[in-house]
Amino acid sequence: MILKINGKTYEIEVEPRRTLADALRKDCRLTGTHIGCEHGVCGACTVIVDNAAIRSCLMFAVQAEGSEIRTVEGLAGEHLHIMQQEFQNHHGLQCGFCTPGFLLLAVAALEAEPDLSDAALLDVLSSNLCRCTGYQNIIAAVSAAARRMKER
Amino acid sequence: MTIWTGQRITRFEDENLLRGNGNFTADLPSPLYLRFVRSPFAAGKIERCTAPAGVTMFTAADLDGVKPIQPMIRKFGYIPILQHVLARDVVRYTGEPVAAVIANSEEQAEDFADSVVLDISPAQVSVTAAEGLAAHAPVIHPGMDSNIVVQTAMTTPDHAAATAQAAHHVTTKIRSRRQSALPMETRAAHAAFDPATGRVTLTCTAQMPHLMRTAIAALLGMDEADLRVIAPDVGGGFGQKMSLAAEYVVLVWAARKLRATIAWVEDRRENLMASFHSRDIEIEVTGAFDATGKFLALTADITANVGAYAPYPNTAAVEPLMSFTELPGPYDIGAYACTARGVITNTCVSAPYRGVARPAITLAMERLMDRAAEQIGLDPAEIRRRNLVHKFPHTTPTGLVYDDASYIATMEAALRAADVPAFRARQRAARAAGRHLGLGISTFCERTGYGSAAFAARGMDVQPGWENVDMRMDSHGFVTARIGASPHGQGLRTTLAQIIADTLGIAPSQIQIVHGDTDDTPYGWGTFASRSLVISGGASLIAARKIRGKIIDEAADILEAAAVDIELGDGLARIAGTDRHIPIADIAAARNGFADDGFYDPLGTFSNATHIAVVEVDTGTCKVRVEQFIVAEDAGRLINPMIVDGQIHGGVAQGIANALLEEIVYDESGNILTISLADFLAPTAHEIPPIRILHRETISDATITGAKGIGEGGTIGAPAAVLNAINDALKPFNVEINEMPATPARIFAALQAAR
Repeated sequence: MILKINGKTYEIEVEPRRTLADALRKDCRLTGTHIGCEHGVCGACTVIVDNAAIRSCLMFAVQAEGSEIRTVEGLAGEHLHIMQQEFQNHHGLQCGFCTPGFLLLAVAALEAEPDLSDAALLDVLSSNLCRCTGYQNIIAAVSAAARRMKER
Repeated sequence: MTIWTGQRITRFEDENLLRGNGNFTADLPSPLYLRFVRSPFAAGKIERCTAPAGVTMFTAADLDGVKPIQPMIRKFGYIPILQHVLARDVVRYTGEPVAAVIANSEEQAEDFADSVVLDISPAQVSVTAAEGLAAHAPVIHPGMDSNIVVQTAMTTPDHAAATAQAAHHVTTKIRSRRQSALPMETRAAHAAFDPATGRVTLTCTAQMPHLMRTAIAALLGMDEADLRVIAPDVGGGFGQKMSLAAEYVVLVWAARKLRATIAWVEDRRENLMASFHSRDIEIEVTGAFDATGKFLALTADITANVGAYAPYPNTAAVEPLMSFTELPGPYDIGAYACTARGVITNTCVSAPYRGVARPAITLAMERLMDRAAEQIGLDPAEIRRRNLVHKFPHTTPTGLVYDDASYIATMEAALRAADVPAFRARQRAARAAGRHLGLGISTFCERTGYGSAAFAARGMDVQPGWENVDMRMDSHGFVTARIGASPHGQGLRTTLAQIIADTLGIAPSQIQIVHGDTDDTPYGWGTFASRSLVISGGASLIAARKIRGKIIDEAADILEAAAVDIELGDGLARIAGTDRHIPIADIAAARNGFADDGFYDPLGTFSNATHIAVVEVDTGTCKVRVEQFIVAEDAGRLINPMIVDGQIHGGVAQGIANALLEEIVYDESGNILTISLADFLAPTAHEIPPIRILHRETISDATITGAKGIGEGGTIGAPAAVLNAINDALKPFNVEINEMPATPARIFAALQAAR
């Protein structure tokens, strides 16, 4: 089967039961997507599929064929994405394990709705778990990125 | 001249992690995967364990010759207990590894594990400490007369008299339920066998890579030189990745046996069931106070359910003994009598988790202070004010020496920030409207950055403590520091670079910190116990000072000046008060660089803090909402305040979770009921309020950098603040909540019982 990831094409052979998360990590060697629980609660494996943030542990790889997939590896060009810059500026990451999932969760939400209220943003960010930051600086980082993304 | 200490510079760790270029253990490809077959019963005899033809499986019988895990302390009546890395003959907790299967993929390994026939005759279990202590309880380990693995007691000579003369006696009993540290990255290991050399490179989620090398080599009877341990990017540890995983021993053994590369990645179910647990502690405290509320004596009884085996290196004594030693906390308690015990049960091994025992002892002391205030008729802040240690150094009844700190001033700062009078007015108005707000105070001090003397005092066979740093400035003025500490999210590469930069007069960006590879770093003890900035930072400062001296001597020669007149900064060596200077890089070039090392083994230093929580309890649903959280803390000199704040944020979030949400639950047969994140409730962004932080910086002489440890304080103080706030909110109902987590079910039950 073929996966389209970050604008590139990956031809892979997988068992039907292989999750998208495993296919990204093992078959496409895109290990920036992390696996934290494999039951759809923690959100560490969040990627963007056809403009929506999804848990890649809850989707089979074969279900993603024909879709446009974006992972953390595709966020930055030469320079970091605004969201990544603000995570760094606001110390929105410590161990960095949940970070790719949070970045894609926030980017998908703000691309879909640039004017998210603070309350709606908090709702979105409560989708994923972080064990290091107490969420304080993740919220600050995403709020700052939201302002800058809107200005562009 | 630029000073880097105290600046909120962004972290050198971030860019790779943000780009998805982090290097985590599970990212490594492997031709083979190992999966464990785990016991479905909490206790029983293994009757049969067989795999279908064609499945490679190992059991304890195959691992004959592998030594059991058996950490030791030679004090406090501690009885060494041993754990075979795969269960031999009997199982002692649900999830204990019994066999290992090897396959070409993780999916196939799961299929193989499911195909193994494991017959166990279940035996009688003890799940709680009370069951383990019961007269008829089966003794879980052979060679013991009971399930008490450690018990110790002390009574200071003045205790009976002090207690007798007290005007007030106040008793409270708290219960901390079992929790998991729950790092977002589960444990994982990748053992690569090199057929050319016979060496194994074990890449694994570890907080103590050097000690893992020592321990695994000893258990397998191999030369330590034949094992290289790498802790790459590690996705949080919080203590869980400090203790030796039996699984890693099995993996290295299998890689050597099969002369192959094999990986093991724990899934979340295994992590919740069979990685280390923590905090299963009950404490009863009685305070004896004079008529003015001054502490005269403290009496305590501590029981910790330590699980089925002993974690290496800390042993099964770590929670009861730390409770025993550190219970008096920030208070001048007068006399002390305490008994503490650890009880073996048929539950997962209990091991250090951020805070280690101190969330529970702080809960006990802070509930006691609130109850005493009420009984004596004092304000909760006033009784603390009258009893907090204010003269330093202060020696506790258990012999700990508190260095310079600011217990009272820090509490006053927190109280001012909370504006308690305004809160009380708001609380009255809310009560009149049927809403229940509460404010809770929690004051504590935290032993941090302690070296080998503290571990020797515990009688531990393994005495982690000191740190080494090897430092080299190359001929271009670029510095590499190799450290034995093993950060996993704390930002130590950034903070150590700030310390070194100020000493050598160069920018932090010119300094690389190498850690987490036993082939490439000096032996060290890793990152745990709020120690790394204090101890590895101290060793870094010592090494940097030696190199600074060499740079200055050389600069003095070149500039034809006295060494005392040379100052370093902004990349230059300069004659003070003149514009005569030479780039430090040129000095390094002239001498083909400089190298030296630093060794630091401090006695320890106590940071302190007061936490204040404001909560609202919905007496209909019994849900608690934390509305505000204030931390006033004193951890000495702040090297990077941004990183310090981040440590406090994360710690407080874990503390709030301990107070309200997270609980490992076993049924009466020892089946674990919380093996998914739908059952073990980690907090989301919704459950954690904005956290306001106020810093004080008392510079004590206990550390050479002036910095104290800050890693665990957030977790230590928060539960007591939240529970005191809940009790304040529920005062009209005449109920008391002394158990964490204070779940809606527990609050509901208390309210029902009071009606």
